[in-house]
Amino acid sequence: MTTLSREETEALIAEVLEVYPEKAKKDRAKHLAANDVSVEQSKKCITSNRKSLPGVMTIRGCAYAGSKGVVWGPIKDMIHISHGPVGCGQYSRAGRRNYYVGTTGVDTFGTMNFTSDFQEKDIVFGGDKKLAKLIDEVEQLFPLHKGISVQSECPIGLIGDDIESVSKKGSASIGKPVVPVRCEGFRGVSQSLGHHIANDAIRDWVLDKRDGQPYESTPYDVAIIGDYNIGGDAWATRILLEEMGLRVVAQWSGDGTIAEMMNTPKVKLNLLHCYRSMNYISRHMEEKYGIPYLEYNFFGPTKIIESLRRIAAFFDDSIKEKTEAVIARYKPMMDEIIAKYKPRLEGKKVMLYVGGLRPRHVIGAYEDLGMEVIGTGYEFGHNDDYDRTIKEMGDATLLYDDVTGFELEEFVKKLKPDLVGSGIKEKYIFQKMGIPLRQMHSWDYSGPYHGYDGFAIFARDMDIALASPVWGNLVPPWKKVAAEEVKKAA
Amino acid sequence: MAKLRQCAIYGKGGIGKSTTTQNLVAALAESGKKVMIVGCDPKADSTRLILHSKAQTTVMHLAAEAGSVEDLELEDVLSVGFGGVKCVESGGPEPGVGCAGRGVITAINFLEEEGAYDEDLDFVFYDVLGDVVCGGFAMPIRENKAQEIYIVCSGEMMAMYAANNISKGIVKYANSGGVRLAGLICNSRNTDREDELIMALASRLGTTMIHFVPRDNAVQHAEIRRMTMVEYDPKHKQADEYRQLANKIVNNTNFVIPTPIEMEELEDLLMEFGIMEAEDESIVGKTAADLAA
Repeated sequence: MTTLSREETEALIAEVLEVYPEKAKKDRAKHLAANDVSVEQSKKCITSNRKSLPGVMTIRGCAYAGSKGVVWGPIKDMIHISHGPVGCGQYSRAGRRNYYVGTTGVDTFGTMNFTSDFQEKDIVFGGDKKLAKLIDEVEQLFPLHKGISVQSECPIGLIGDDIESVSKKGSASIGKPVVPVRCEGFRGVSQSLGHHIANDAIRDWVLDKRDGQPYESTPYDVAIIGDYNIGGDAWATRILLEEMGLRVVAQWSGDGTIAEMMNTPKVKLNLLHCYRSMNYISRHMEEKYGIPYLEYNFFGPTKIIESLRRIAAFFDDSIKEKTEAVIARYKPMMDEIIAKYKPRLEGKKVMLYVGGLRPRHVIGAYEDLGMEVIGTGYEFGHNDDYDRTIKEMGDATLLYDDVTGFELEEFVKKLKPDLVGSGIKEKYIFQKMGIPLRQMHSWDYSGPYHGYDGFAIFARDMDIALASPVWGNLVPPWKKVAAEEVKKAA
Repeated sequence: MAKLRQCAIYGKGGIGKSTTTQNLVAALAESGKKVMIVGCDPKADSTRLILHSKAQTTVMHLAAEAGSVEDLELEDVLSVGFGGVKCVESGGPEPGVGCAGRGVITAINFLEEEGAYDEDLDFVFYDVLGDVVCGGFAMPIRENKAQEIYIVCSGEMMAMYAANNISKGIVKYANSGGVRLAGLICNSRNTDREDELIMALASRLGTTMIHFVPRDNAVQHAEIRRMTMVEYDPKHKQADEYRQLANKIVNNTNFVIPTPIEMEELEDLLMEFGIMEAEDESIVGKTAADLAA
């Protein structure tokens, strides 16, 4: 399928909206748009961060998912208590592939589930006493933990438990931070508010705890903010930064520790990858400590080189020289990858639907392989995400915010992309339609995709998805025969 | 055996629901009826006059001790008091913590599952916390539970506001189930023309004042002995009042979907009886300084 004109894209949106009742159509129309690269402020063409319509099969999560699952969960030396009934913690346990180093159950706890396992009596009589007991038991059983976060599930907000005062008392008694997080799932319209609440809890309960303490700093101290180390992403990132001559003081929060977070106010520059989930704390550090932050993109060589140079520009010539050396050193490897895969992937069309960062950040990586992204959208992006997306996407390409199951299916049927990049809930729907899908949340159990190392894997994975012989076997043999007979007869 | 009748008593906090319910139930028991009281208030004071106890051990407290409500047996929570009246308190948290509404739901579900509503019973009375603050306190009037609602009120303004609001709640459940308003019980506070006022309110709500219970200190004398009038002083005229109320409830067939009235209509009624002054619209929002000027 060739690229659509603006009129064709708008007609497609109108056609898909046609089936909705009047009220739903009016609402959904605001979330679908043909990209207009001349627009500066996305709010003029697309609405985002609004309540999903009931019944449309949104792909969003909740505030608890945003806090426990995304921001806090990867901090490996803390114990994150899912406070409430058992399900939220158990069914999100080890669900994200944030890799970490350490001995699980001894000094790191990333894949474990700690829960207060609320029973009926805890709802009726309140769970504060149980939480206090749990904090003491955690300290006895796991003495090498470095702190506790209390992740509120829905009932906590309903029954009004005072987790702040329990946390303060608990912290005083065990001598380690205990952080209450009010991330009840019913708050907000998506997991996005959970990110914000989690950032605020870090700001209020963790970030300033080492202020004024002696610290051996260097002029090259940076922190990686908003990299959750999916499949080792943050490690691939760290390698490059260290090769540039920078010292990575902290990883937020993939393979990160609470001590790293407390040291972050000492860095010279914050490097922000996932803007959506951690812009809040980056802005706070800029205001309070005067630390600038820089948004960068480590997907694909074009964006990596651009980002490396922009990061280097903050530092002296020695860093700039090393950065150029890094770029030069990896160039042959990148050229080789592109020479291998670009001829196989050139001209292939991709549609994306991911969370809050990748819908725009991976576009460059696809373009490096000669592929074209013809539609993209965010589960829980805000206007500022779409502001940044408009410039990355081609004119008149399709944008869809908080897309519904129906809309995404229809768009894919009509646009017939060669590849869809989305999540597990979408994967099998599209694969059964005969369209390859790569999971762009979990890297489909592969990765890393960040950095030069990651691009090699990314390129290979996309090729695997498209070139799989399975797509030639979608029609079963007995139907193939029938199809050939029909052809013969005709 | 007649069909079990389930009744819920609602009304403004402090109006005398628990006292009225227990005195009424004692009179019913005296006449040979088999009755159970289910207290739906974390204070757990709905059965003390029947059991001569300070506060009965509640379903939720026993459940918390045992681990969960599934670990309890019916006999653990059911006590029998004056006249063979069966008593259960749902119980709940201290003020300011947890969720009392969930406690009521849990306790009533437990009673149903354990078969507390046996075939011998003639009446079950639910004595419910004054303000129906959340869904939990509406539990007794949901499907297959109380079908008759009695509202205890007096001639005081706030008690009548509450009666009207409770009627609104009944309408909601009446449309989806079988619950009906069965009458107002006036627990007198000795205000002027109180009986006429409550009768007028009752007729606006589409029901009747089923009984006017006069104020008598003897009720308090009985209460400090943790007894009902019928037991403490059966010959006293106040005991007869409760017998009359009991008799009227036994013979009551006037069950209606209430017709709650608008706030303005209620205020007109109050003004008619001189309980409320007409509002002077010209002074609304004026400060003392404005008025002096």
